[in-house]
Amino acid sequence: MDKYILEMRGITKTFPGVKALDNVNLKVREGEIHALVGENGAGKSTLMKVLSGVYPAGSYDGDIVFDGSVRQFKDISDSEHLGIIIIHQELALVPLLSIGENIFLGNEVATKGVIDWKETFARTRELLAKVGLKESPATLITDIGVGKQQLVEIAKALSKKVRLLILDEPTASLNETDSAALLHLLMEFRKQGMTSIIISHKLNEIKTVADKITILRDGGTVETLDCHNEDIGEDRIIKGMVGRDMDDRYPPREPKIGSTLLEVKNWNVYHQHHRDRQFLHDVNFTVRAGEVVGIAGLMGAGRTETAMSIFGRSWGHKITGDVLMHGKPVDVSTIQKAIEAGLAYVTEDRKHLGLVLNNNIMHNTTLANLPAVANSGVIDGHREREVATDYRKRLRIRSHSIYQETVNLSGGNQQKVVLSKWLFTNPEILILDEPTRGIDVGAKYEIYSIINQLAAEGKGILMISSEMPELLGTCDRIYVMNEGRIVAELPKGEASQESIMRAIMRSGEKH
Amino acid sequence: MVLETSAPTAKPSVGAYLKANIREYGLLVALVVIMLFFQFVTGGVLFRPVNITNLILQNSFIVIMALGMLLIIVAGHIDLSVGSIVAFTGGLSAVMMVKWGIHYSLVVPLCLVLGGLVGAAQGYWVAYQKIPSFIVTLAGMLVFRGLTYLILQNRPIGPFPKEFQVLSTGFVPDVLWFANPNPAIVTNLFALVAVIVLVGLAVYFGMKDRSNNDKHGTENEPFVFFAIQMAIIGVVAIFLGFQLSTYRGFPNVLIVMALLIALYTFITTRSTIGRRIYAMGGNEKAAKLSGINTERLTFLTFVNMGVLAALAGMIIAARLNSATPKAGVGFELDVIAACFIGGASASGGVGKITGAVIGAFIMGVMNNGMSIMGLGIDYQQLVKGLVLLAAVFFDVYNKNKG
Repeated sequence: MDKYILEMRGITKTFPGVKALDNVNLKVREGEIHALVGENGAGKSTLMKVLSGVYPAGSYDGDIVFDGSVRQFKDISDSEHLGIIIIHQELALVPLLSIGENIFLGNEVATKGVIDWKETFARTRELLAKVGLKESPATLITDIGVGKQQLVEIAKALSKKVRLLILDEPTASLNETDSAALLHLLMEFRKQGMTSIIISHKLNEIKTVADKITILRDGGTVETLDCHNEDIGEDRIIKGMVGRDMDDRYPPREPKIGSTLLEVKNWNVYHQHHRDRQFLHDVNFTVRAGEVVGIAGLMGAGRTETAMSIFGRSWGHKITGDVLMHGKPVDVSTIQKAIEAGLAYVTEDRKHLGLVLNNNIMHNTTLANLPAVANSGVIDGHREREVATDYRKRLRIRSHSIYQETVNLSGGNQQKVVLSKWLFTNPEILILDEPTRGIDVGAKYEIYSIINQLAAEGKGILMISSEMPELLGTCDRIYVMNEGRIVAELPKGEASQESIMRAIMRSGEKH
Repeated sequence: MVLETSAPTAKPSVGAYLKANIREYGLLVALVVIMLFFQFVTGGVLFRPVNITNLILQNSFIVIMALGMLLIIVAGHIDLSVGSIVAFTGGLSAVMMVKWGIHYSLVVPLCLVLGGLVGAAQGYWVAYQKIPSFIVTLAGMLVFRGLTYLILQNRPIGPFPKEFQVLSTGFVPDVLWFANPNPAIVTNLFALVAVIVLVGLAVYFGMKDRSNNDKHGTENEPFVFFAIQMAIIGVVAIFLGFQLSTYRGFPNVLIVMALLIALYTFITTRSTIGRRIYAMGGNEKAAKLSGINTERLTFLTFVNMGVLAALAGMIIAARLNSATPKAGVGFELDVIAACFIGGASASGGVGKITGAVIGAFIMGVMNNGMSIMGLGIDYQQLVKGLVLLAAVFFDVYNKNKG
């Protein structure tokens, strides 16, 4: 365990105008799990791109020592050849090909271009057994969930004789069970002597698996913590990441809760695609003015589907039930009507469903309420600009101007643009679906502050999140969903990670 | 918790501005260069008054259809059927006027409505049944070509009443004939005066817009660019206006075309419907979740295309003074190529009316110039194909570099 398998020494990488990495050092011992943490933009991904040869030797300063000798990778295949394999956050699998085909894609078991399917599937079965995935090699990727897809990626890495496995945010889109299974698998691999680097925002997971933690901030190495020598708490890691003490990750709030704003009654919804399958069963909930209400649950519990089916029937079919605002039934049968009724839905998938990425901040901000900056169909450019400038200032969107394309913004700033868009529709109820997913600690705090401010203004907030500490830290009341039903309602005093999980488990036994 | 506030808006440098807008200026420069090239190799024929008139008459319908096609492409679709709609509506107008003797003042609006219905028939499948537009309009291309043969019974129909031909072959009369100081050179004073007035107005409103922007703090393009652009456009416009004024003045179609270009520029840059089309083309799901009725919007872009194609169909029929079943064959390709040369993106969400219009004129000048040079259709197609590829490559190259 004493040998360093990888040493990156004094890595400096400059892009026009920006120093992305400044004299970064990273040492990874053979057989350990090494966590790499830092806020978005701290340089984690850039460092991994340097390591894997995406940025070829010569485009950066410093040395990469792998297995005892200095290496110069010209491209990814060079580093893969030595067994350095990266699994990216966005999985690189072909949805309509089978598991087996995907694992050996580009590396087919073939003689003279003719594929040996028998051998391919036999080897796939072996690899799947190693990662503990019980699926047929012939199953299509599109038919399995994200958690299993992640395992297929790992199996693919194993097929390439991996020596150093790098996982970029491996659990970002996994639910708790799948995440736990994946982390367990990593620990299994460690027992067999494999080295891995894991990049993650989820500090509790890192605490569980990592032997060492290297913290990056603003393109430089802050420190490397040894998890075996000292007991390292999350606050300690956060302090290193943000360069300051993080006494409270959730801004304080004095809830001023008013009368009931939104009431959803006997909400029943059938599945969007499997049309004879009922997906939501008798969902009932309320949101009051000035209240932040959470919906907890595992992935697939029906939280997003509840929100989207209420928001203009944008999910599901055969929808029945009532939506009341201020005690009066409202028509939410189209998105336009839902917006008019005072609802806004901030999606969990801001890149695909939230933003028009090639449009600028201003155009995205006004998109859902264009008539407010137009006179009989003609846009008033000056008014539109004022609105966008105002929101940019209020939500502190970091960009060089309101004319910057949203594709070039960081995750946190993109989320703020989506929030701007919905705030500009002046909603009474704001539904936030995973509002801090993939956002760094500093930006999260800002988002929470915005939520608090909106609640203080008397708006009702419905917040869906897979991060339980976040719900516990921000919500006045939490509903727990499981398998399309609301299975518990916990006021702030009774809610805890344990009580939420207990509610989920108990309901699971009943059905 | 203290957070840095966003950086102040920096004033863009001239170089940075040029880099960011290289596509638009490049396109304009390319058109001017191509014009000068053909002026040179044709020994000065290109800019002769009669040839300029021809250029306008030959390309007006491509430009008019490019306006609608641009919206379709920006919306993320394509329309392959426009050539067939041209023939179909041209044929319908001929049957109504020549065979049934219906008055042209009734036939023209009727054909525009029918064109809209044809667009609606295709838009329905694309917008509400989610069939890819490539397939729907490929079917439409065959269906409406077939219908054209049916209604014309495989024969050209003509001639049209004089009043209808005027739509395409007529000229705006010289209402200022009494003030003409030199009738020997300038045969249509109105054209010359009108061009000068228009250029003057463009400069005036351009300046006013700039000072307005300054007042509100909106960014302006650097003054140098504004000045150069205005100078180039002004000089070219006045020169062309003068040339036309020594011949027969403004063709009627030029007026129709200019009004439509102005209207569609306004729609794409200033109207909510235009903005929504761009948003939908950029990300249909996000637009839909922002409360935009994407189905209706898609449907309407196809209806619009149908109306413009019908107008083009009648202009062509009037110009040829007969409706033939083979009218408009291959036009869809010229129209689509004009949009792509003009910088529209095949994946939707990107493209400008000015780009499509300049793109159409680049194609038109090349067609015309090569015809004058006596190059056959073989070389013309070859060159046009390469220019299209080069223009799109330029886009992709710029994008990857940026």
